[in-house]
Amino acid sequence: MAMLKEYNDLIFEISQPGHVSYDLPENDVPTHDLTKDLPEYLIRQDDAKLPEVSELQLVRHYTALSTKNFGIESGPYPLGSCTMKYNPKVNETIAALDGFSQIHPQQEMETAQGALELLYNLQDHLAEITGMDSISLQPAAGAHGELAAILMFKAFHEANGEGAQRKNIIVPDSAHGTNPATATVAGYESIEIPSTSEGIIDIVALKQVVNEETAGIMLTNPNTAGLYERDIQQIVDIVHEAGGLAYYDGANSNAIMGISNPGTMGFDAVHLNLHKTFTGPHGGGGPGSGPIGVKAFLEPFLPVPRIEKADNLFVINSEYPQSIGRIKGNFGNFGVNVRAYSYIRTMGAKGLTQVSKDAVLNSNYLKERIKNYYDVPFAQHCMHEFVVSCKQQKTQYNVNAKDVGKRLLDYGIHSPTTYFPLIVEECLMIEPTETESIRELDQIADAFINIAKEIMEDPEKVKQAPYLTSVRRLDETTAARKPILTYQASLQN
Amino acid sequence: MNYLKKFRYLPHTEEDRKKMLDTIGVTSVDELYEDVPQAVRTKEVMNLPKELSELELLKHTRQLAGKNTNATQVPYFIGAGTYDHYIPSIVQPIISRQEFLTAYVPYQPEISQGELQALFEWQSMICELTQMEVSNCGMYDGYNAIAEAANLAIGSVRKSSKILISKGVNPQGIDTLKTYGFGKEYDIEEISLNNDTTDINQLKEQLDDSVAAVIIQYPNFLGSIEDLKEIKETMSHTKALLIVSANPLALGVLEAPGNLGADIVVGDVQPFGVPMSYGGPHCGYFATTKKLMRKIPSRIVGQTNDENGQRGFVMTLATREQHIRREKATSNYSSNQALYALASAIAMSALGREGIVEMARQNINKSHYLKAQLEAKGFKVLNKSPFFNEFVVQLEQSVKEVNIALHQKGFIGGYDASDSTGVVNSYLLCATEKRTKEEIDAFVSSLVEVNGHA
Repeated sequence: MAMLKEYNDLIFEISQPGHVSYDLPENDVPTHDLTKDLPEYLIRQDDAKLPEVSELQLVRHYTALSTKNFGIESGPYPLGSCTMKYNPKVNETIAALDGFSQIHPQQEMETAQGALELLYNLQDHLAEITGMDSISLQPAAGAHGELAAILMFKAFHEANGEGAQRKNIIVPDSAHGTNPATATVAGYESIEIPSTSEGIIDIVALKQVVNEETAGIMLTNPNTAGLYERDIQQIVDIVHEAGGLAYYDGANSNAIMGISNPGTMGFDAVHLNLHKTFTGPHGGGGPGSGPIGVKAFLEPFLPVPRIEKADNLFVINSEYPQSIGRIKGNFGNFGVNVRAYSYIRTMGAKGLTQVSKDAVLNSNYLKERIKNYYDVPFAQHCMHEFVVSCKQQKTQYNVNAKDVGKRLLDYGIHSPTTYFPLIVEECLMIEPTETESIRELDQIADAFINIAKEIMEDPEKVKQAPYLTSVRRLDETTAARKPILTYQASLQN
Repeated sequence: MNYLKKFRYLPHTEEDRKKMLDTIGVTSVDELYEDVPQAVRTKEVMNLPKELSELELLKHTRQLAGKNTNATQVPYFIGAGTYDHYIPSIVQPIISRQEFLTAYVPYQPEISQGELQALFEWQSMICELTQMEVSNCGMYDGYNAIAEAANLAIGSVRKSSKILISKGVNPQGIDTLKTYGFGKEYDIEEISLNNDTTDINQLKEQLDDSVAAVIIQYPNFLGSIEDLKEIKETMSHTKALLIVSANPLALGVLEAPGNLGADIVVGDVQPFGVPMSYGGPHCGYFATTKKLMRKIPSRIVGQTNDENGQRGFVMTLATREQHIRREKATSNYSSNQALYALASAIAMSALGREGIVEMARQNINKSHYLKAQLEAKGFKVLNKSPFFNEFVVQLEQSVKEVNIALHQKGFIGGYDASDSTGVVNSYLLCATEKRTKEEIDAFVSSLVEVNGHA
C-alpha cells in the first residue's frame, strides 16, 4: 500500500500521444464529411487535449486514486445528518439490470411498464412512510426536493391570490444551509428564528415573526441537534393559523420510520433523501434522490410529469395546469429510486421500524459512552444523532473540533460533521446509524476517548493530525485566494 | 429462545440490544422516544408489502426489469437528449469500487484525495472540450444546468429581468428553466426557429437591455448545428450573456463554444460513460469564464499543497455555497452527481484525444447514412442545416402508432418532435456509433412497412 500512497500523477501527466483505452467497430457506412457542409469556423481546429492512456494505465490510475479515498466500507462514518449507513450490494446488482439501466426515458411507455410499475409502487410506499397523500419522484437530490416543495407553496399562494403578500419563509437557526438557500432560489426572503437553550424551536420567537407575510416554515424533526421537537403540533398550528404552510426536511427521517411521520405531525409537504434513509450510495457527492410528498390540497401543484395508473397501464401524465412544471429532465434519478425500492421491499414495515429503533439505540449508546469526555450540550435522550462540544478542549488546550475530527482519521474513522449545527460552539455532530454493531460503536467511542486523553497529555499531537493519510492538512486559504481549477502544464511538480 | 425475524443489514441480537439499553440506563427503546408526543405517533404498523428475502427480491425485480424493452435486446434510434452510446467496459468496475461509490462529499480532503483529484481532472477535461476557463464539478443534469446558468446571468447582468431561449433547446430544458424562472421571478421568452435553426431576425427583434442571457443549444434539439458566431455577433451591442448548451461528444468535431464567444457553456455528460438508466442519474456540466467564477453554482475543486509541500486537492471557493453562505448562496446545491462526473472522466480518458473525434465522426456517418437511406425511400427530411447525429423526418402516421408497430418488429424508434418543429408527425431520429449498417438497413425497411409508403 505504501507504494500506492506515493502515486501522485495527474492523468494528464501519464498521457502519451497515441495511447487509447477504447476500440470501436470499423466504420461500415460511407464517410460523411461535415466540413463540406459547415463554415470553417464551426469546425474544431485544435483537438481537445484529452488524456491519452493505455487501458492498464487508466485502470491503475483510478485504482490508485481509489486507495486515497474513504468509503463506508472502509470504516465507520459517523457523519451527522448525512446518514452514512451500509449500501446493500444486492441493490447495485438490481439497478444494473439491463432492463433498468439500458432503457430510454422517452421510449413509448408501453415498452417500459416494469420501470413505471416500480416507480408507481415506490410512490405508494413513500406516501405510506411519510403519511402524505401524493409523491413525486422527480427531484434529483434533497435540496432539489426542497426547492420543488417551496415552489409549490409559492404556486399555492398565487392560486389563492396571496402570491404578492406572502414573502417570507421561516427557518430555524439550526437548519441545514440548504433550507435558507432554497428559500432564496424560490424567490423568498428567509427569516431566521433562534433555538432555545434546550436545542429546540423557541415558540415565543416563532410567534413574533409569523404573520400574514409568512409563506411557510421549513424544519426537520428530529432537528439537527438530534432532538425531537416535542412542541411540533403547536409549531405547525401557529404557522397554519397565519395562513402559512409547513415543510418537512426529511434529512433526519432515519430516526422515526414507523414511529412518527411528517403527515401525522401536520406538515403539508416533505422531501426524503433516498440516498440517506433508503441506502443509495452517496457516490462522493451524488447522485442522490429527493422525492417530495404532499397533502392532497397541494397535489395539483406537483411537478410534471407524474406516474399514474390507468386501467392496467402505468402512464406518464403531464396534464396538470396548476403544476409548477418540470424541475428536472425525465423522471428523477431512476437508478437511485430502484435502489430505494429494493431496500424498502427487503425491510418491509417491520424492518424499517427496527431500523429507526436501532439507529436511535446506537446513537444513545455512543453518546453514553463518550459523554464524560466531551461536553454534551443537550441532556435529553437523542434521536439517531447527537452533538458534542469541544468547547472545553478549546478553552483549556486550544484544541478545536476540527482537530478532533482530523485526529479521528488516524484511527480509521471518518470525522463527524464539524461546526454544525451553528447553535453549538465547537460542535461535532455524530450519527453512527443502525448498521454499526456494538464492536464498531465501541471502536468509535474508544477513539473519541483516546483523543480526549491525548489532548490532555499532548495537545500539539492532536493539533498536527492527521499523520496516516496520503496528504497532511491542506492549505485551503491559498486554494481560494489563488484558485487553480484546471490542469496547467506549467504547474507540474 | 424465541425466533425473531432477522434483517441482514441490522447487526444486533436481542442480547446486544439489552446490553446497550443497560449501558444507557433505560429498560426499553420506547423510553428513548419519550419526547415524541402520543398525538403524533403512528397508530398502526405501516402498510407496506411483506419483506422479501434476497432471492425473492431478485426474482421480483428481474421480473419488473424484464417487462422493459432494453437496448441490449433491440437497436435504439431515439436520442432527444439521452443517447445509446458505447461505454468502455472499464467504467463500471471503477465506479463500483466502494471507495468511490460509498464515500460522502469530500469534506475531509485528507481522506478524499482520490475523489477530489478525479473531479479536478474532470473539470480540466470539461474546460478543454468547451474551451472555457473554469468548470464546477457537476450539476443534476443538463436541463438543470441551463436553469442555473440563467439564474447566474440574471444575478450578474445589471438591470436585467429577461431570458431569451431558443426553441431549438430541448423542450425539457425550456420547461425546467420556466420552473426556475417562476421562483426567481424573471421573464422567459422563446425565440422561434427559422425552419431548423434559431431565427436570427427574431433574436434581433427580441434583444433589448432587459435581456440577461440568450440560450442556444449546440447542436440543437433537432440535431442541426447553430451558427454560434453569427448569434454572438448579433448580440454584440448588448450586455446579454451567451449561454450555450452543448452536447460534449459533438465538441469532438465542432468548434468549442468558448472560441465562438460563449459566456457560459452547459450540458450533460451522459454521452460519456453514463448509461441511459431511464433518464437518471445523468450528470450536468457547467463551465464559464474566470470573470464569473465566484458566481458559479455547486462545488468546485482546486489544487493546493499540504504542509509538506505535497500537491493535493480541496473543495474551494466555498463561500458561494449554501453550507457557508446560507440564504446568500449562489445556489442551494448540496448533493450533485459526482459519481457520474467520475464515470464520464473515465470514459473521456478512455476515448482520449483521438477517440472522441473518431466516435463523433462515426455518429455523423451513421446518422447521415440513415438519412440518405430514408430519403432514397421517399421520406422528407426537415433539417436544411448541417446536423450532428440527429435529424427530423416527416411521417405519414402518428409517431406513437409508428413506434408501437416498430416495437413489434424489434426496434425502439424515434421521438415525436412535432411541438418543436410545428410540423405534425415530426420524427426525431438518432443513430450513434453503436448502430450497424445492418441495423440501419433493417430499420429503414421496417419504417417503410409501418409508415405506409415507400
